[in-house]
Amino acid sequence: MHTTLGHAALRAPSAPHSLRSASMGKKASGALPTGQSQYQVVGRFVPNEKYSADSAMCKVYRMNLFARNNVVARSRFWYFMGKLCRVKKANGQIISINKIYEKSPLKVKNFGIWFRYDSRTGTHNAYKEIREMSLTAAINMMYMDMAGRSRAKSKAIQILKTAELKPEECKRADVKQFHSQSIRFPLPHRVAKIAKKYRTTFKAARPTTFC
Amino acid sequence: MSFKRHVEIGRVCLISFGPDMDKLCTVVNVIDNNRVLVDGPEPVTGVHRHAINIGRLQLTDLKVKCKLNASEKELKAVWTSDGIMAKWEETSQGKKRKVRAMRASTNDFERFQIQVAKSKRSAIRKSK
Repeated sequence: MHTTLGHAALRAPSAPHSLRSASMGKKASGALPTGQSQYQVVGRFVPNEKYSADSAMCKVYRMNLFARNNVVARSRFWYFMGKLCRVKKANGQIISINKIYEKSPLKVKNFGIWFRYDSRTGTHNAYKEIREMSLTAAINMMYMDMAGRSRAKSKAIQILKTAELKPEECKRADVKQFHSQSIRFPLPHRVAKIAKKYRTTFKAARPTTFC
Repeated sequence: MSFKRHVEIGRVCLISFGPDMDKLCTVVNVIDNNRVLVDGPEPVTGVHRHAINIGRLQLTDLKVKCKLNASEKELKAVWTSDGIMAKWEETSQGKKRKVRAMRASTNDFERFQIQVAKSKRSAIRKSK
């Protein structure tokens, strides 16, 4: 969860974003999106006889979170709202939900992700640095990395904070090594990738391991 | 043995797999040990700026002098001033690919013409 609590500036949801369909992936034709997307959800306690619209109870909250689709985003919004204040789905309303797209998807960036996760034995706070083209791609990478290395499924992970880092702000050596302009490495022992059509299980000759 | 070709900024690569197969591109940035950011530049080679897995690339001997994160405009200027496309067609790999593409694009009649020409050639060889 990446929360920004307090009175949110209630701007109308920008039309081009909300009009774009969720199935904007590479493969069209109604396939559900596989990766995480970033959503901005705005909601509040619905004013009633006891609490008027300008009372503190009916504050408008804005939350930035990562979810597979807007259904999950809504659900996570209510999950975190219930933990943060006395507002739940039954007495609240969602004012707007927008998908947030990367501003510069063609630029390589370093992202820092602070999160907590439940392991088999307990809950831990953790920090990871990931080099990616977009924040959502970095989040996906983090989920896969946590699943692979720490056996933590996406359900067990809560994102606390994310930030785009300047090269000098990075801590991890595996990210820092790519910051040099003069980076240079060979590709030893490679086998050419062949189209699936031409692949065979058994070969007559050993492959060329050109470099 | 030292390696001749490296993954580095400005390295010209041939894409050997995927939708941009058989097109040339330039490495503009290295994302991690598996992926790089490449740009054709699009007006010259037809490859738009995107991240690509290194497994889909074949490194060539050519290298372009460019900065980290060079823009498409800068790349295009370097490619045209250095004549990289012409240099590629001079390489044995470039020549072979050109011939292969030409052969693949022949129609039935052209293949017949090649057959006739070949038999003529072998007849001349035999007579010598």
